[in-house]
Amino acid sequence: MAKTLFDRIWDAHVVADLGGGWALLQIDRHLLHDLSGGPALADLAGRGLSVSRPDLCFATPDHAVSSQPGRTGDTYDKGAGLYVGLRDGARDAGIPFFDLGRRGQGIVHVMAPELGITLPGTTLVCGDSHTCTNGGLGALAFGIGSSEVVHVLATQTLRQRKPRQMRITYDGSLPFGVTAKDLALHVIGTLGAAAGVGHAIEHAGPGIAAMPIEGRLTLCNLSVELGAKMAFCAPDQVAVDYVRGRPLAPTGDDWEAAVRDWAALRTDVGAVFDKEARFDLAAVPPTITWGTSPEHATAVDGSVPDPRTLSDPAGRDSWQAALDYMGLRPGQTLCGTPIDWVFIGSCANSRLSDLQDAARVVRGRHVSRGVRAWVVPGSVEVSEAAEREGLPDLFRAAGFEWREPGCSMCVAANGDIVPPGQRSVSTSNRNFVGRQGPGARTHLASPATAAASALAGAIADVREF
Amino acid sequence: MQPFSIVSGPAAPLMRRDIDTDVIIRVERLNAPRAELGQWALEPLRGPDFILDQPTFRGAPILLAGANFGCGSSREHAVWALQGLGIRCVIAPSYGDIFFSNCFQNGMLPVTLPEAAVLSLAQQAADGSAVTVDLRQSVVTAPDGTQHGFALDPIRREMLLEGVDELGLTLRRMPEIAVWQRADAAKRPWAVTHPERISL
Repeated sequence: MAKTLFDRIWDAHVVADLGGGWALLQIDRHLLHDLSGGPALADLAGRGLSVSRPDLCFATPDHAVSSQPGRTGDTYDKGAGLYVGLRDGARDAGIPFFDLGRRGQGIVHVMAPELGITLPGTTLVCGDSHTCTNGGLGALAFGIGSSEVVHVLATQTLRQRKPRQMRITYDGSLPFGVTAKDLALHVIGTLGAAAGVGHAIEHAGPGIAAMPIEGRLTLCNLSVELGAKMAFCAPDQVAVDYVRGRPLAPTGDDWEAAVRDWAALRTDVGAVFDKEARFDLAAVPPTITWGTSPEHATAVDGSVPDPRTLSDPAGRDSWQAALDYMGLRPGQTLCGTPIDWVFIGSCANSRLSDLQDAARVVRGRHVSRGVRAWVVPGSVEVSEAAEREGLPDLFRAAGFEWREPGCSMCVAANGDIVPPGQRSVSTSNRNFVGRQGPGARTHLASPATAAASALAGAIADVREF
Repeated sequence: MQPFSIVSGPAAPLMRRDIDTDVIIRVERLNAPRAELGQWALEPLRGPDFILDQPTFRGAPILLAGANFGCGSSREHAVWALQGLGIRCVIAPSYGDIFFSNCFQNGMLPVTLPEAAVLSLAQQAADGSAVTVDLRQSVVTAPDGTQHGFALDPIRREMLLEGVDELGLTLRRMPEIAVWQRADAAKRPWAVTHPERISL
C-alpha cells in the first residue's frame, strides 16, 4: 500500500503497538526551555524518578529571560527562578544546557535546527506548541503539555494516537516582496485556524522544493495556528545540504547511513490523505492580520472585513470582539494605520534570512518618529552571523534596538511587552488577545512588512519600498 | 487521577470561537501554584458580565464553548485553571490538539458535538438547568431530555473512566523500551547524539 512520509517516520518509531491506533513512540530528541523545563524536572524528581536518556535532551533558556542588552538570568526578576530551575535541573540530570551568552543559546526552535539537533526522520518534542517548526527539516516534531514532558523525561517515549493526515500542495513561486510568512498567514486566512485540527500536515509540491529551509521552518512554525500539532516537509537535497556539517549532525559513516535513510523519506505517488488543499504561490500577496486569531488575515492592501457579512452568530461575535479589541472599523484600509511598535523576532521569523529581509528594506532609512522598533535575533548563532554582516550597526543606525536572543515580545513572559492599547506590527505567530502584553494590539506580518511599517510609522506595503 | 463517569449540573455558555489557551490562562500566571490558577482563568474575558461569576453559573461543572477551543500554546495550566473554576467537562465543536490531549492527562472530559447541538444546549441551559454528561454511555442529556451521543476514542474513554495514569503504565514497559532502543541504535546509528562535540 502506498505510504506517506508521515507513515514512514511514525512506523520507524513504534516501540509497541497499543491497539486502537495508539502507539508507544520512541522520542529521538527532547528540547527543554525555562518556562516548562525546570518545573518538569522538579516534578519528575518529586515523583522519585530520574531522566531516562539525558543524552537525547537539550536545554536552553528562551521564554522567561529578558532580551535586554547585557541581560543575565535575573534581569527579568519573575523569570529568575525558572532560569535557575532549568540550569540546575539540567546540570543535575546531565542534560546539555546552552547558557545565556554561549553558543547554542536561543529560541529552542531556532537553535535546534542550527546545531544539527533536529534531523530529518527523527521524532522531536518540546513543551511548546511551536515545536512543529522543526518539521521544516523533515522531522516529526510536535508540542506537548507538562504531563507529557514528564512522561518523555522518565521514559523517552510517548503514548500517541496516530492522527489523520492532510497534504497542502504548493505550485509556482512567490512574487517579489512575498515570503513564507505571508504564505503561512494566507493559508491560515483561507482555510481557517481549525483546518488542521486532528491532522498531521505535509507541506508538499514544487513550491516547497524551491523554498529554502528557513522558509520551510517558518511555514511549519505557523502550522499549529492552522490547528495541526505536527507539520513537515519531505527532506530533500536542500535539507541534506542544510544539515551537513552542523555541530551535532552525524559525521563519517553515520552521515552516509543517514543520507541513505533520509532518501527514503517520501510520500508515495498514490498515497491517500484524509484532507488535501492546494495553493498557487504566484497569487499570494503580502499578508497581515487585522484581528485576534491568525485566521483574521488579509492582503496588506486590503481592508478590515465587516462582521455583518458573516451568517453564523458565533463567527460574527468573534469578529466583532476582535475589532473592538483591535480598535478597528469595518471597511478601514489597513495600510496607513498608525503603529507604535515593531517587533522582528520569534521562532517564526528570527533567523538570519529574516533579518536580512528586513535589513534590505531598512538600509539607509530611519524608523519613524514615535515608533519603537526591536530586532531580537533567534539565537547566539544568528546574532553572531548577523554581526559578521554588519546588521546590528545597520539596524541601530536606522533607529532600531538590537537585543539579545530569546522569545522576547512574542510570548511577553519576560518583561518585554507592548504597552496596553498600543499597536504593534510583529513577525511572531500569535495575535491573541493580550499575547504581547495585556491590551496590546498585534498585527502579524513578515519581517519585510514589519521593517517597512517601522519606517512608515504605519502599516505599510513593502512592495512600495 | 480522579476518574470520570457522570457529571451533571449547570453548563456555562461561552460560545465564542477560537478561545485560545493564552486567554484561558495568561502567561504571567503560569508561575502561580496550580491550586490557585482558577482565580485567573479566562482573565481577559472577565468583567461585570462574566458568565462564570453569575450566580447561576458560579462553580458550573460544564463549559459550553465555540469551535477550536483551547487552540494555541501547549500550557497544561489551561486545563488546571478551568479545573480550578470547578469545570470537569467542556463541550465544543472542536479543540486545539494539544489542549485536547492535556485534558485526558488530568481527568477532564472534552466532548465534541456539532455546533448546532452545542448551541441548542446553550439555549436550554441558559437558566442554569442541569446538563448531564455520561461518559460510560457516551451521551449528553439536555435539560429537556434530548440526548446527544458523542464519539470518543475507546482508549481515552477507558483512561478517564479508570483514572489511569499513562506514566505508570509506560514505566512498566521500561525493559521493553530498553531492548527496542538498543536494536534501534544499531539500525539508526546516525540518530545517536554527541553532546561532547559542542563546548558548553
